[in-house]
Amino acid sequence: MSQSYGMPVAAPHTTTTNSPTRIMSLVMLALAPATIYGFWLYGWPAIFLWVITIASAMLGEAFSLRLMNRHAAPILLDGSAILTGWLLAVSLPPWAPWWIGAFGGFFATMLGKQAFGGLGQNLFNPAMVARVALLISFPVQMTAWVAPLPLFSVGAPGILDGLLIILKGVPPALDAVTSATTLGFGKTELSRGITLLESMQHAPALSFIGSRPGSLGETAAWLILAGGVALMFLRIISWHIPLAMLAGIAIPAAILHAVDPARYLDMGSHLLSGGAMLGAFFIATDYVTSPNSPRGQLIFGFGCGLFTYIIRTWAGYPEGVAFAVLLMNATTPIIDTYFKPRIYGRDSKGKPLQTTN
Amino acid sequence: MMGFLDRFLKTPNWGVHPEDHKRPAADVPLRLFPSPERIFMPLHQHVGGAARPIVMVGQKVLKGQLIAQAQGNISAPIHASVSGTISAVGEVTAPHPSGLPFKAITIDSDGENRWIDSEPLADPFSAAPEEITKRTAAAGVVGLGGATFPAAPKFALGKRLKVTTLIVNGGECEPYLSSDDRIMRDYPEMVIDGARLVMHAIGATQALVGIENNKPEAIAAMRQAAAAFPEIKICPLPALYPMGSDRQLIKVLTGIEVPSDARAAETGVLVHNVSTCAAVHKAIRLGQPLVERIITINGGAIAAPGNLYAPLGTMISDLFAFVGLKEAPSRLILGGPMMGTPLLHDRIPIVKGASGILAFNAAEAFVPEAGPCIRCGNCTKACPMGLLPLEMAARIRVGDLEGAEKFELQDCISCGCCAYVCPSHIPLVQYFSHAKGELTAAERSKLRTEATKRLVEAKTARIEREEREKLEAAARRKAERDAAKAAAAKAATPVAEQTQGASA
Repeated sequence: MSQSYGMPVAAPHTTTTNSPTRIMSLVMLALAPATIYGFWLYGWPAIFLWVITIASAMLGEAFSLRLMNRHAAPILLDGSAILTGWLLAVSLPPWAPWWIGAFGGFFATMLGKQAFGGLGQNLFNPAMVARVALLISFPVQMTAWVAPLPLFSVGAPGILDGLLIILKGVPPALDAVTSATTLGFGKTELSRGITLLESMQHAPALSFIGSRPGSLGETAAWLILAGGVALMFLRIISWHIPLAMLAGIAIPAAILHAVDPARYLDMGSHLLSGGAMLGAFFIATDYVTSPNSPRGQLIFGFGCGLFTYIIRTWAGYPEGVAFAVLLMNATTPIIDTYFKPRIYGRDSKGKPLQTTN
Repeated sequence: MMGFLDRFLKTPNWGVHPEDHKRPAADVPLRLFPSPERIFMPLHQHVGGAARPIVMVGQKVLKGQLIAQAQGNISAPIHASVSGTISAVGEVTAPHPSGLPFKAITIDSDGENRWIDSEPLADPFSAAPEEITKRTAAAGVVGLGGATFPAAPKFALGKRLKVTTLIVNGGECEPYLSSDDRIMRDYPEMVIDGARLVMHAIGATQALVGIENNKPEAIAAMRQAAAAFPEIKICPLPALYPMGSDRQLIKVLTGIEVPSDARAAETGVLVHNVSTCAAVHKAIRLGQPLVERIITINGGAIAAPGNLYAPLGTMISDLFAFVGLKEAPSRLILGGPMMGTPLLHDRIPIVKGASGILAFNAAEAFVPEAGPCIRCGNCTKACPMGLLPLEMAARIRVGDLEGAEKFELQDCISCGCCAYVCPSHIPLVQYFSHAKGELTAAERSKLRTEATKRLVEAKTARIEREEREKLEAAARRKAERDAAKAAAAKAATPVAEQTQGASA
């Protein structure tokens, strides 16, 4: 008898070099330009907040895994906890205090992800779960926006001052930099009976480049778009969810603005405001919490966009991406049940095709 | 521009592009494997019933001589692949992952390779189609693409269902393999003539030969060989796995989608592999049964990879000795890497369906550890059947096999695309094979239970009926007795008189 070749392994005997780590790394790489732009725009406090949030997300994940007596290192290396922390960080006000980032990071990976059973098991987007929890618990800190104060510009805080801002809060001397977002400003003015036609003349300017008040990494629409398109070319994400989500915001915005421009903000402002771009390309496209058939993804994306518009326009909050994504996350299992791809040799209802011959 | 658009629209939206590893092995000229000293012919090399041996130990046989007869409707006979002496009729290890012994006929070669007298069919195209089918069956030709379904019953089916189009499968989409490539490059006339014979046998009016565009030499050779026959069209195909799967090939070449509950022939097309066509040519034109085939020997552990023309029944270890091993293989596979069968050792004979033997080195055999499903959906994009592997696997993992069945698990063709693209390296095909096996077993045991139940019920009914009949019979007898008694008592005197009267 000659040599034996070990245990029989099921086919296929060859496999892709792709891995969750590669996918997560590429998403982070695509997110990096917009984030670095955010660092430049909001300076050292933003950098510290980013570091704290990611570190907390990883710590939360490691702690949960230790509780379950599992080795944390290999699972942390898949990059999903870092990405969750990163996505949360870029959706926070850039000068938020350290404990916002820390609480959010722990919340995201421990309650948003590991409580459900870890990677692939969570029903809701962990970063958005944490963001909504923070927004409801700490509305003041979560809506304290700052005007852009680029790194190394006059009056921008240095490393030490930046650290102090994150640890101890914004000193009174810098209070002048607090600002409002376009959506928030418009909503407040509307509630005071001032139409958008008037209020928008004084509103903080919006720009495609990204120099506006907003969350850490959501302002540079062009960099987010570039990252998203890169992910599409790399086939990490498909076009369905981003396009459908932007359409879900743009279509009602265009129609209602045409009907009553004094009451409804225009389409461009909606698309460039808040987390619309970031949400469409990086948050709603999360694999775990979105449907997996193309038709299902179109419905999911459009729903995310539509709910965002509805919340922004008629609900109590000026921004609605996080809520909209969570709402649609809840519908993902239903969408997956009703919108399956057609199977070869069967009609769309799953019945065998008729024989032609 | 139109060409680009055309290609864009016609490129199927399923499948995977594994690295093909076909060259340099495919470019090495075909080598003739010298006759081995001893061959082992398994009796079951095909789908259907095993063949029945008709030779005795010690008997002398010639190459091509019938040594085991087909048994049943779906079966194939086995012929001696060398001339020599039968040294055993008994068990050897089968080419199957279980490594269990299997019935085989062992022949000690006399080294002369003397063929049995052949009687080729003089003018096959004026002969009845049934004659081609009959001779193909007698030559033991089975599907050589790997499915090993006997060719003759398929011809008969095609004839009965009035198939119009023959599809000749030269896709060979499995990485590493090049035996079909080689037969098309070296013997294109045989393939084309075989295809024409098959067309005649099934009554088809046209033949489409699908060849993946990663085999330009084969396409050129086949085009030249088919130039004289306008009814045969050579169709280059995009190199995409699993292009060689019959349902996918039919869809790409004809646009016809085979209904999930139907056989391909019911839609008017029949698929045969290029090597099968060549085997039909040999059976009809040369009168030679299927006793040899081209087999690819490839993989990182092989010193001189390439294609060998070898007698069936040759031990894999003999083939390895011929091509040389650079290192001890870390994994041995019969067939391609996507759907092939892992082998436990090399003391296994090659069979009719063996298109290749792969000996992987440690790097090729590396299996990454499986991780959790991240629902990326790559498996659903790759699935050529449009199934949802991730949903089925999630249900099978928790033992919900009926749940997985609702996602049409039985439509899965086990091509391995899903497991190949899975970034978490989840062995999806293993999940599905397990579930299909369990479901078949459950179905079988359900049928068995039902049959038993029926028998028990029938027995109970019979016993009850017999009891009832017994009781009824007893009651009847009792009633008769009583009646007789009563009558006797009632008519003690007059009846007696009557009786007397009657008897008088």
